[in-house]
Amino acid sequence: MSDTIKTLTDATFQEVVKSSELPILVDFWAEWCGPCKQIAPILEELAAEQSDKFVIGKLDVDVNVATATQYNVMSIPTLLLFKDGEIVARLIGAKPKGALLQEITQNL
Amino acid sequence: MSQHTRVLIIGSGPSGLTAAIYSARAQLSPIVIEGEPSSTTDQPGGQLMVTTEVENFPGFPDGIMGPELMANMRAQALRFGARMEVTKVQKLDLGQRPFRAWLTDDVEPSITADTVIIATGARSLMLDVPGEARLLSHGLSTCATCDGFFFRGHDIAVVGGGDSALEEAIFLTRFANTVTLVHRRDSLRASKIMQDRALANPKIRFAWNSQVTEVLGDEKVSGLALRDTLTGDSRVLDVTGVFIAIGHVPNTDIVAEHLERHDNGYIVTGPGSFTSVDGVFAAGDVQDHEYRQAITSAGSGCMAAIDAERWLEAQGM
Repeated sequence: MSDTIKTLTDATFQEVVKSSELPILVDFWAEWCGPCKQIAPILEELAAEQSDKFVIGKLDVDVNVATATQYNVMSIPTLLLFKDGEIVARLIGAKPKGALLQEITQNL
Repeated sequence: MSQHTRVLIIGSGPSGLTAAIYSARAQLSPIVIEGEPSSTTDQPGGQLMVTTEVENFPGFPDGIMGPELMANMRAQALRFGARMEVTKVQKLDLGQRPFRAWLTDDVEPSITADTVIIATGARSLMLDVPGEARLLSHGLSTCATCDGFFFRGHDIAVVGGGDSALEEAIFLTRFANTVTLVHRRDSLRASKIMQDRALANPKIRFAWNSQVTEVLGDEKVSGLALRDTLTGDSRVLDVTGVFIAIGHVPNTDIVAEHLERHDNGYIVTGPGSFTSVDGVFAAGDVQDHEYRQAITSAGSGCMAAIDAERWLEAQGM
Protein backbone atom coordinates (compact mmCIF):
# COMPACT_ATOMS: atom_id res chain seq x y z
CA MET A 1 0.00 0.00 0.00
CA SER A 2 1.57 3.26 -1.07
CA ASP A 3 1.17 6.54 0.74
CA THR A 4 0.37 8.32 -2.52
CA ILE A 5 -3.32 7.65 -1.93
CA LYS A 6 -4.85 9.46 1.02
CA THR A 7 -7.28 7.55 3.21
CA LEU A 8 -10.37 9.66 3.86
CA THR A 9 -13.02 9.17 6.53
CA ASP A 10 -16.39 10.73 7.36
CA ALA A 11 -14.50 12.96 9.80
CA THR A 12 -11.83 14.18 7.40
CA PHE A 13 -13.61 14.08 4.04
CA GLN A 14 -14.89 17.66 3.80
CA GLU A 15 -11.70 19.25 5.02
CA VAL A 16 -9.43 17.23 2.72
CA VAL A 17 -11.62 17.70 -0.35
CA LYS A 18 -12.16 21.43 0.20
CA SER A 19 -8.55 22.21 1.00
CA SER A 20 -7.05 20.20 -1.86
CA GLU A 21 -5.10 22.50 -4.18
CA LEU A 22 -5.19 20.02 -7.02
CA PRO A 23 -8.39 18.30 -8.16
CA ILE A 24 -9.00 15.24 -6.00
CA LEU A 25 -10.41 11.94 -7.17
CA VAL A 26 -12.08 9.98 -4.39
CA ASP A 27 -12.44 6.22 -4.73
CA PHE A 28 -15.51 4.93 -2.88
CA TRP A 29 -14.63 1.31 -2.25
CA ALA A 30 -15.02 -1.61 0.15
CA GLU A 31 -13.09 -4.70 1.06
CA TRP A 32 -15.83 -7.03 -0.22
CA CYS A 33 -16.02 -5.47 -3.68
CA GLY A 34 -14.15 -7.46 -6.34
CA PRO A 35 -14.16 -4.77 -9.05
CA CYS A 36 -12.81 -2.28 -6.47
CA LYS A 37 -9.80 -4.53 -5.94
CA GLN A 38 -9.21 -4.64 -9.68
CA ILE A 39 -8.88 -0.90 -10.01
CA ALA A 40 -6.89 -0.41 -6.78
CA PRO A 41 -3.49 -1.04 -8.43
CA ILE A 42 -4.50 1.16 -11.38
CA LEU A 43 -5.30 4.01 -9.00
CA GLU A 44 -1.96 3.52 -7.26
CA GLU A 45 -0.22 3.90 -10.61
CA LEU A 46 -2.27 6.95 -11.59
CA ALA A 47 -1.58 8.58 -8.23
CA ALA A 48 2.14 8.21 -8.82
CA GLU A 49 2.15 9.11 -12.52
CA GLN A 50 -0.32 12.00 -12.45
CA SER A 51 0.69 13.60 -9.15
CA ASP A 52 1.17 16.98 -10.84
CA LYS A 53 -2.37 16.98 -12.26
CA PHE A 54 -4.60 15.50 -9.55
CA VAL A 55 -4.46 13.65 -6.27
CA ILE A 56 -6.33 10.52 -5.27
CA GLY A 57 -8.09 9.68 -2.03
CA LYS A 58 -10.03 6.64 -0.96
CA LEU A 59 -13.03 6.21 1.29
CA ASP A 60 -14.12 2.84 2.67
CA VAL A 61 -17.93 2.98 2.38
CA ASP A 62 -18.28 0.16 4.91
CA VAL A 63 -17.17 2.35 7.80
CA ASN A 64 -17.95 5.78 6.30
CA VAL A 65 -21.61 5.41 5.46
CA ALA A 66 -22.47 9.08 6.02
CA THR A 67 -20.23 10.38 3.23
CA ALA A 68 -21.31 7.63 0.82
CA THR A 69 -24.97 8.45 1.52
CA GLN A 70 -24.40 12.19 1.23
CA TYR A 71 -23.01 11.75 -2.27
CA ASN A 72 -25.66 9.22 -3.32
CA VAL A 73 -23.20 6.43 -3.91
CA MET A 74 -25.26 3.30 -4.68
CA SER A 75 -22.76 1.26 -6.60
CA ILE A 76 -19.07 0.74 -6.12
CA PRO A 77 -16.47 1.38 -7.22
CA THR A 78 -17.62 4.96 -7.70
CA LEU A 79 -14.98 7.59 -8.38
CA LEU A 80 -15.94 11.20 -7.67
CA LEU A 81 -13.74 13.96 -9.03
CA PHE A 82 -13.78 17.18 -6.99
CA LYS A 83 -12.46 20.54 -8.12
CA ASP A 84 -12.51 23.37 -5.60
CA GLY A 85 -14.73 21.22 -3.40
CA GLU A 86 -17.36 20.68 -6.10
CA ILE A 87 -18.10 17.42 -7.94
CA VAL A 88 -17.08 17.72 -11.59
CA ALA A 89 -17.31 14.06 -12.59
CA ARG A 90 -18.85 10.81 -11.38
CA LEU A 91 -17.28 7.63 -12.75
CA ILE A 92 -19.14 4.43 -11.88
CA GLY A 93 -17.73 0.94 -12.25
CA ALA A 94 -14.31 -0.55 -12.82
CA LYS A 95 -12.66 0.29 -16.13
CA PRO A 96 -9.28 -0.21 -17.77
CA LYS A 97 -6.55 2.30 -16.92
CA GLY A 98 -6.67 4.12 -20.26
CA ALA A 99 -10.42 4.65 -20.09
CA LEU A 100 -10.25 5.87 -16.49
CA LEU A 101 -7.45 8.33 -17.19
CA GLN A 102 -9.27 9.67 -20.24
CA GLU A 103 -12.47 10.29 -18.30
CA ILE A 104 -10.57 11.96 -15.47
CA THR A 105 -8.42 14.09 -17.75
CA GLN A 106 -11.28 15.42 -19.82
CA ASN A 107 -12.94 16.68 -16.63
CA LEU A 108 -9.91 18.34 -15.08
CA MET B 1 6.81 -7.22 -33.52
CA SER B 2 4.68 -10.23 -32.80
CA GLN B 3 5.38 -12.39 -29.81
CA HIS B 4 5.09 -16.12 -30.48
CA THR B 5 3.71 -18.60 -27.98
CA ARG B 6 2.95 -22.29 -28.10
CA VAL B 7 -0.26 -21.89 -26.08
CA LEU B 8 -2.41 -18.78 -26.05
CA ILE B 9 -5.17 -18.82 -23.43
CA ILE B 10 -7.93 -16.25 -23.76
CA GLY B 11 -9.80 -15.74 -20.50
CA SER B 12 -8.86 -15.99 -16.83
CA GLY B 13 -11.77 -17.62 -15.02
CA PRO B 14 -11.44 -21.11 -13.51
CA SER B 15 -11.07 -22.73 -16.96
CA GLY B 16 -8.47 -20.30 -18.31
CA LEU B 17 -6.37 -20.32 -15.15
CA THR B 18 -6.54 -24.11 -14.78
CA ALA B 19 -5.44 -24.44 -18.40
CA ALA B 20 -2.63 -22.00 -17.57
CA ILE B 21 -1.51 -24.03 -14.54
CA TYR B 22 -1.38 -27.24 -16.58
CA SER B 23 0.28 -25.70 -19.65
CA ALA B 24 2.81 -23.88 -17.51
CA ARG B 25 3.70 -27.03 -15.60
CA ALA B 26 4.16 -28.74 -18.98
CA GLN B 27 6.83 -26.12 -19.74
CA LEU B 28 4.75 -24.54 -22.50
CA SER B 29 4.92 -21.05 -20.90
CA PRO B 30 1.43 -20.04 -21.98
CA ILE B 31 0.33 -16.45 -22.46
CA VAL B 32 -2.96 -15.68 -20.71
CA ILE B 33 -4.99 -12.73 -21.92
CA GLU B 34 -6.88 -12.01 -18.73
CA GLY B 35 -9.41 -9.39 -19.79
CA GLU B 36 -9.88 -5.87 -18.49
CA PRO B 37 -11.23 -4.43 -15.24
CA SER B 38 -14.98 -3.92 -15.29
CA SER B 39 -17.90 -4.16 -12.90
CA THR B 40 -19.53 -6.97 -14.85
CA THR B 41 -18.57 -10.64 -15.03
CA ASP B 42 -16.45 -9.70 -18.05
CA GLN B 43 -13.32 -9.04 -15.99
CA PRO B 44 -10.08 -10.80 -14.99
CA GLY B 45 -11.11 -13.75 -12.84
CA GLY B 46 -14.54 -13.94 -14.45
CA GLN B 47 -17.89 -14.61 -12.85
CA LEU B 48 -16.50 -15.63 -9.45
CA MET B 49 -15.18 -12.09 -9.01
CA VAL B 50 -18.72 -10.88 -8.38
CA THR B 51 -19.81 -13.70 -6.09
CA THR B 52 -19.27 -14.15 -2.39
CA GLU B 53 -18.83 -17.46 -0.63
CA VAL B 54 -18.11 -20.49 -2.83
CA GLU B 55 -19.26 -23.51 -0.82
CA ASN B 56 -19.00 -26.28 -3.40
CA PHE B 57 -15.43 -26.08 -4.68
CA PRO B 58 -13.72 -29.24 -3.38
CA GLY B 59 -10.82 -28.69 -1.00
CA PHE B 60 -12.35 -25.79 0.94
CA PRO B 61 -14.44 -27.38 3.70
CA ASP B 62 -15.31 -23.97 5.15
CA GLY B 63 -15.92 -22.35 1.79
CA ILE B 64 -13.83 -19.65 0.16
CA MET B 65 -14.63 -16.22 -1.22
CA GLY B 66 -14.90 -16.16 -5.03
CA PRO B 67 -12.31 -13.39 -5.56
CA GLU B 68 -9.90 -15.14 -3.18
CA LEU B 69 -10.26 -18.44 -5.03
CA MET B 70 -9.46 -16.69 -8.29
CA ALA B 71 -6.48 -14.85 -6.78
CA ASN B 72 -5.17 -18.24 -5.60
CA MET B 73 -5.58 -19.82 -9.04
CA ARG B 74 -3.79 -16.87 -10.63
CA ALA B 75 -0.89 -17.09 -8.18
CA GLN B 76 -0.64 -20.82 -8.87
CA ALA B 77 -0.44 -20.21 -12.63
CA LEU B 78 2.19 -17.48 -12.15
CA ARG B 79 4.26 -19.77 -9.95
CA PHE B 80 4.78 -22.15 -12.88
CA GLY B 81 5.64 -19.43 -15.36
CA ALA B 82 2.37 -18.47 -17.06
CA ARG B 83 2.59 -15.01 -18.60
CA MET B 84 -0.42 -12.84 -17.76
CA GLU B 85 -1.64 -9.79 -19.61
CA VAL B 86 -4.44 -7.60 -18.28
CA THR B 87 -5.99 -6.67 -21.59
CA LYS B 88 -8.47 -7.93 -24.13
CA VAL B 89 -8.08 -9.61 -27.50
CA GLN B 90 -9.36 -7.13 -30.07
CA LYS B 91 -9.26 -9.51 -33.00
CA LEU B 92 -8.45 -13.15 -33.56
CA ASP B 93 -7.58 -14.94 -36.80
CA LEU B 94 -8.00 -18.70 -36.55
CA GLY B 95 -8.02 -19.12 -40.33
CA GLN B 96 -4.29 -19.73 -40.70
CA ARG B 97 -1.43 -21.16 -38.67
CA PRO B 98 0.15 -19.93 -36.59
CA PHE B 99 -3.04 -18.38 -35.23
CA ARG B 100 -2.91 -14.62 -34.81
CA ALA B 101 -4.22 -12.36 -32.06
CA TRP B 102 -4.34 -8.58 -31.90
CA LEU B 103 -4.31 -6.76 -28.56
CA THR B 104 -4.18 -3.34 -30.21
CA ASP B 105 -5.34 -1.67 -33.43
CA ASP B 106 -1.94 -2.30 -35.07
CA VAL B 107 -1.75 -3.98 -38.46
CA GLU B 108 0.75 -6.50 -37.11
CA PRO B 109 -0.70 -9.13 -34.78
CA SER B 110 0.49 -8.81 -31.17
CA ILE B 111 0.75 -12.56 -30.67
CA THR B 112 1.13 -15.59 -32.90
CA ALA B 113 0.26 -18.95 -31.38
CA ASP B 114 0.56 -22.63 -32.23
CA THR B 115 -2.55 -23.44 -30.19
CA VAL B 116 -5.34 -21.32 -28.74
CA ILE B 117 -7.54 -22.17 -25.77
CA ILE B 118 -10.76 -20.18 -25.77
CA ALA B 119 -11.88 -19.66 -22.16
CA THR B 120 -13.81 -16.42 -22.46
CA GLY B 121 -16.72 -17.55 -20.32
CA ALA B 122 -20.20 -16.12 -20.29
CA ARG B 123 -21.70 -12.82 -19.28
CA SER B 124 -24.95 -11.88 -17.56
CA LEU B 125 -27.98 -11.25 -19.67
CA MET B 126 -29.80 -7.98 -19.18
CA LEU B 127 -33.58 -7.54 -19.23
CA ASP B 128 -33.58 -5.21 -22.22
CA VAL B 129 -36.61 -3.25 -21.02
CA PRO B 130 -37.20 0.52 -20.76
CA GLY B 131 -35.50 2.17 -17.79
CA GLU B 132 -32.89 -0.52 -17.34
CA ALA B 133 -29.90 1.20 -18.93
CA ARG B 134 -30.81 4.59 -17.44
CA LEU B 135 -31.10 3.28 -13.87
CA LEU B 136 -28.05 1.04 -13.93
CA SER B 137 -26.00 1.94 -10.82
CA HIS B 138 -28.89 4.08 -9.61
CA GLY B 139 -30.72 1.30 -7.83
CA LEU B 140 -30.36 -1.29 -10.58
CA SER B 141 -27.36 -3.55 -10.27
CA THR B 142 -25.83 -6.67 -11.72
CA CYS B 143 -23.47 -7.18 -8.77
CA ALA B 144 -25.12 -8.03 -5.46
CA THR B 145 -21.81 -8.39 -3.69
CA CYS B 146 -20.72 -4.92 -4.83
CA ASP B 147 -23.92 -3.01 -4.26
CA GLY B 148 -26.07 -4.98 -1.78
CA PHE B 149 -24.63 -2.94 1.06
CA PHE B 150 -26.35 0.21 -0.19
CA PHE B 151 -29.80 -1.33 0.21
CA ARG B 152 -29.81 -1.69 3.97
CA GLY B 153 -33.44 -1.61 5.09
CA HIS B 154 -34.79 -1.33 1.53
CA ASP B 155 -37.43 -3.43 -0.18
CA ILE B 156 -35.75 -4.79 -3.26
CA ALA B 157 -36.20 -7.34 -6.06
CA VAL B 158 -34.06 -9.99 -7.68
CA VAL B 159 -35.09 -10.99 -11.19
CA GLY B 160 -34.42 -14.61 -12.14
CA GLY B 161 -35.08 -18.18 -11.02
CA GLY B 162 -31.78 -20.04 -11.22
CA ASP B 163 -29.08 -20.75 -8.66
CA SER B 164 -27.38 -17.40 -9.12
CA ALA B 165 -30.66 -15.54 -8.61
CA LEU B 166 -31.37 -17.41 -5.38
CA GLU B 167 -27.81 -16.99 -4.19
CA GLU B 168 -28.11 -13.25 -4.73
CA ALA B 169 -31.51 -13.09 -3.06
CA ILE B 170 -30.26 -14.93 0.01
CA PHE B 171 -27.12 -12.78 0.17
CA LEU B 172 -29.17 -9.60 -0.15
CA THR B 173 -31.36 -10.50 2.85
CA ARG B 174 -28.34 -9.54 4.97
CA PHE B 175 -29.07 -5.94 4.07
CA ALA B 176 -32.56 -5.59 2.67
CA ASN B 177 -35.85 -5.44 4.51
CA THR B 178 -37.49 -7.75 1.97
CA VAL B 179 -36.27 -9.38 -1.23
CA THR B 180 -38.89 -10.26 -3.84
CA LEU B 181 -37.80 -12.87 -6.33
CA VAL B 182 -39.40 -12.03 -9.68
CA HIS B 183 -39.65 -15.06 -11.91
CA ARG B 184 -41.39 -15.68 -15.23
CA ARG B 185 -42.51 -19.18 -14.31
CA ASP B 186 -44.28 -20.78 -11.36
CA SER B 187 -41.34 -22.92 -10.30
CA LEU B 188 -37.60 -22.42 -9.90
CA ARG B 189 -34.76 -23.79 -12.01
CA ALA B 190 -32.41 -23.57 -9.05
CA SER B 191 -30.94 -26.57 -7.22
CA LYS B 192 -32.91 -28.16 -4.39
CA ILE B 193 -30.59 -26.91 -1.65
CA MET B 194 -30.83 -23.31 -2.85
CA GLN B 195 -34.62 -23.57 -3.23
CA ASP B 196 -34.98 -24.91 0.30
CA ARG B 197 -32.86 -22.10 1.68
CA ALA B 198 -34.77 -19.43 -0.21
CA LEU B 199 -38.21 -20.81 0.63
CA ALA B 200 -37.23 -21.00 4.31
CA ASN B 201 -35.95 -17.41 4.40
CA PRO B 202 -38.60 -15.14 5.97
CA LYS B 203 -37.30 -12.07 4.11
CA ILE B 204 -37.69 -13.62 0.66
CA ARG B 205 -40.98 -13.29 -1.20
CA PHE B 206 -41.93 -14.59 -4.60
CA ALA B 207 -43.60 -12.92 -7.56
CA TRP B 208 -44.40 -15.93 -9.74
CA ASN B 209 -45.38 -15.83 -13.42
CA SER B 210 -44.15 -12.26 -13.58
CA GLN B 211 -42.36 -10.64 -16.45
CA VAL B 212 -40.62 -7.30 -16.01
CA THR B 213 -41.84 -4.79 -18.60
CA GLU B 214 -40.16 -1.65 -17.27
CA VAL B 215 -37.82 -0.44 -14.55
CA LEU B 216 -39.49 2.59 -13.00
CA GLY B 217 -37.92 5.69 -11.46
CA ASP B 218 -36.51 9.09 -12.39
CA GLU B 219 -33.20 9.54 -10.60
CA LYS B 220 -33.37 6.27 -8.70
CA VAL B 221 -35.30 3.01 -8.99
CA SER B 222 -38.81 3.34 -7.54
CA GLY B 223 -40.43 0.14 -8.78
CA LEU B 224 -40.79 -2.59 -11.35
CA ALA B 225 -43.64 -2.80 -13.84
CA LEU B 226 -44.69 -6.45 -14.03
CA ARG B 227 -46.96 -8.35 -16.39
CA ASP B 228 -48.61 -11.56 -15.27
CA THR B 229 -47.62 -14.21 -17.83
CA LEU B 230 -50.89 -16.13 -17.30
CA THR B 231 -53.51 -13.40 -17.09
CA GLY B 232 -51.70 -10.56 -18.86
CA ASP B 233 -52.53 -8.21 -15.97
CA SER B 234 -50.10 -5.41 -15.19
CA ARG B 235 -49.01 -4.28 -11.76
CA VAL B 236 -46.26 -2.32 -10.07
CA LEU B 237 -43.93 -3.83 -7.51
CA ASP B 238 -42.71 -1.09 -5.16
CA VAL B 239 -38.99 -1.64 -4.77
CA THR B 240 -36.03 0.73 -4.50
CA GLY B 241 -33.44 -1.74 -5.71
CA VAL B 242 -33.32 -4.29 -8.52
CA PHE B 243 -30.74 -6.99 -9.10
CA ILE B 244 -30.65 -8.85 -12.41
CA ALA B 245 -29.77 -12.56 -12.50
CA ILE B 246 -31.63 -14.00 -15.47
CA GLY B 247 -28.93 -16.08 -17.05
CA HIS B 248 -25.93 -15.87 -19.29
CA VAL B 249 -24.73 -15.69 -22.87
CA PRO B 250 -21.36 -17.02 -23.99
CA ASN B 251 -18.63 -14.50 -24.87
CA THR B 252 -17.98 -15.64 -28.42
CA ASP B 253 -17.69 -12.32 -30.27
CA ILE B 254 -14.03 -12.80 -31.21
CA VAL B 255 -14.47 -16.39 -32.43
CA ALA B 256 -17.96 -16.20 -33.92
CA GLU B 257 -16.80 -16.29 -37.54
CA HIS B 258 -14.28 -19.10 -37.05
CA LEU B 259 -15.73 -21.73 -34.72
CA GLU B 260 -18.78 -23.91 -35.05
CA ARG B 261 -21.36 -23.02 -32.41
CA HIS B 262 -24.62 -24.47 -31.13
CA ASP B 263 -27.88 -22.68 -31.92
CA ASN B 264 -27.71 -21.00 -28.51
CA GLY B 265 -24.28 -19.57 -29.32
CA TYR B 266 -22.09 -21.85 -27.19
CA ILE B 267 -18.99 -23.26 -28.89
CA VAL B 268 -19.27 -26.87 -30.07
CA THR B 269 -16.58 -29.05 -28.49
CA GLY B 270 -15.71 -32.72 -28.66
CA PRO B 271 -14.09 -35.06 -28.45
CA GLY B 272 -12.66 -33.50 -25.28
CA SER B 273 -12.05 -29.80 -25.75
CA PHE B 274 -11.47 -29.91 -29.53
CA THR B 275 -13.35 -27.28 -31.52
CA SER B 276 -14.14 -27.21 -35.24
CA VAL B 277 -10.71 -25.70 -35.93
CA ASP B 278 -7.69 -27.98 -35.52
CA GLY B 279 -5.38 -26.59 -32.85
CA VAL B 280 -8.09 -24.49 -31.21
CA PHE B 281 -9.60 -25.72 -27.96
CA ALA B 282 -12.41 -24.38 -25.81
CA ALA B 283 -13.04 -24.72 -22.08
CA GLY B 284 -15.38 -23.44 -19.42
CA ASP B 285 -18.69 -21.66 -19.77
CA VAL B 286 -18.08 -20.51 -23.34
CA GLN B 287 -18.73 -24.12 -24.39
CA ASP B 288 -20.90 -25.34 -21.50
CA HIS B 289 -24.50 -24.31 -21.07
CA GLU B 290 -25.31 -27.39 -19.02
CA TYR B 291 -23.21 -27.47 -15.83
CA ARG B 292 -21.62 -24.00 -15.56
CA GLN B 293 -19.82 -24.66 -12.26
CA ALA B 294 -16.41 -23.44 -11.15
CA ILE B 295 -15.27 -27.04 -10.79
CA THR B 296 -16.54 -28.24 -14.18
CA SER B 297 -15.02 -25.14 -15.72
CA ALA B 298 -11.68 -25.86 -14.06
CA GLY B 299 -11.93 -29.49 -15.15
CA SER B 300 -12.52 -28.57 -18.76
CA GLY B 301 -9.60 -26.11 -18.59
CA CYS B 302 -7.40 -28.99 -17.54
CA MET B 303 -8.73 -31.04 -20.47
CA ALA B 304 -7.98 -28.24 -22.91
CA ALA B 305 -4.40 -27.87 -21.64
CA ILE B 306 -3.78 -31.62 -21.98
CA ASP B 307 -5.45 -31.72 -25.40
CA ALA B 308 -3.31 -28.78 -26.57
CA GLU B 309 -0.12 -30.36 -25.23
CA ARG B 310 -0.81 -33.69 -26.96
CA TRP B 311 -1.83 -31.94 -30.15
CA LEU B 312 1.48 -30.03 -30.17
CA GLU B 313 3.36 -33.31 -29.66
CA ALA B 314 1.43 -35.01 -32.45
CA GLN B 315 2.32 -32.14 -34.77
CA GLY B 316 5.97 -32.51 -33.76
CA MET B 317 5.88 -28.92 -32.50
